[in-house]
Amino acid sequence: MRATVAALLGKELALELRTRESVPAMVLFAVTTYVIFHFGLDRNTVDGDLAAGVLWVTLLFAAILGINRLFVADHEQGGFDGFLLAPVDRTAMLVAKAIALLAFLGAVELVAVPAFGLLLLGPSLGQALPELLVVLLAADVGIAVVGTLVAALAIQTRARDLMVPLLALPLLVPVVLGASQATAPLFERGGAAALPGDWLSLLALYDLLFALIAYAVFDFLLED
Amino acid sequence: MLTYAPVDADQGVIQKIFYVHVPLAIVALGGFIAGGVMAIMYLRTRDRRWDMRSYVTIHLSIVLAVGVLITGSIWARASWGHWFVWDEPMLVVFLIVFLLYATYQPLRFSIEDPDKQARYASVFAITAGAFVPLCFGAVRMAESVTHPPTATMTTSSPGTVTLTFLVALTGMTLLFITLCKYEMASKNVSATVRRLRRRLAGDDDQLSATGRSAAPQL
Repeated sequence: MRATVAALLGKELALELRTRESVPAMVLFAVTTYVIFHFGLDRNTVDGDLAAGVLWVTLLFAAILGINRLFVADHEQGGFDGFLLAPVDRTAMLVAKAIALLAFLGAVELVAVPAFGLLLLGPSLGQALPELLVVLLAADVGIAVVGTLVAALAIQTRARDLMVPLLALPLLVPVVLGASQATAPLFERGGAAALPGDWLSLLALYDLLFALIAYAVFDFLLED
Repeated sequence: MLTYAPVDADQGVIQKIFYVHVPLAIVALGGFIAGGVMAIMYLRTRDRRWDMRSYVTIHLSIVLAVGVLITGSIWARASWGHWFVWDEPMLVVFLIVFLLYATYQPLRFSIEDPDKQARYASVFAITAGAFVPLCFGAVRMAESVTHPPTATMTTSSPGTVTLTFLVALTGMTLLFITLCKYEMASKNVSATVRRLRRRLAGDDDQLSATGRSAAPQL
């Protein structure tokens, strides 16, 4: 199992490094969205819950782009067939894809979060950084797991690009809720307040539950 | 229901919509969860009839959910002054659940292979079915004061209210089950008719086109 996951993950990362298809597009999308928010809200700086909302909506929509592309190469170039022919546990695909998506999200946030601090955020990013990293990790795990499940569900449909956001956005509402509620006090103008633990535990519970669901149902999506 | 139950002291007659709205909501949510359980049964047995049951249950629950949103809006407008109240988690969660299930039909419709359609729809039904209690659990966690939770409301209300509510709930459940049975019967009959017509025409090809459909083919 571990060797399979490592092999699949290596393939995903090598593919992304060579084609540079998802991550640069997600980063560009995120930065453009900040510009859109600047004009849409007519604000030069944001703080508090507005800042948290802008950051999380941007990251969520950028993640949707990556989720849309997640299985496209496997679908179009026979990656599924190759994987199904191999005598390996099918859950390995879920784990590898989720870790790959998590890595993509991390790479995007490496640029998108400092860009947010530069372009829009009123209070300095440094004051919030350690706690923000915890929230980012908890939310990214949820987005990665649900995103992988939704991507695998939508890849076989004809209207794939339409199904992914329609399926993923309602499912990810709790993540956005928990993440922006947990982030809002970190972006307060008067200095970061404490990280609210109950919202963080909601995120953790969501991650755990959807990881279990995805583990239970993912095999049925890879049966042909 | 209109004359037996007492008139609410500060909301007046409009409060009676409670006896339609809440049973509708409970039955719709129960239907969503039941659809998920039937989808589990489909994946375990691979019996097409379970997929059909799951489809019919979710389909009718979506119809009831539209009713919940409409009656809820009317009630909210009458007692809070707005058609939709965002700081009311119960409403928001119901809207999210409705939006999620609204993609069930398009998802089925966009998968052509019937086996794959059944399998993917089941995976969706299980995931979404687990999402429903999770969401409402989260709402209970962040309890709000404006929307009285049904359970506490019935215990602190006079007996006539409880009785009327229970009768309304039972009626709604039975109505839902009857509608499910009707839709299932109609689907079975039209499948039989199609089979017979095909045999009359001397067409033995089972895969001959019946037109793409979101509904499962038996």
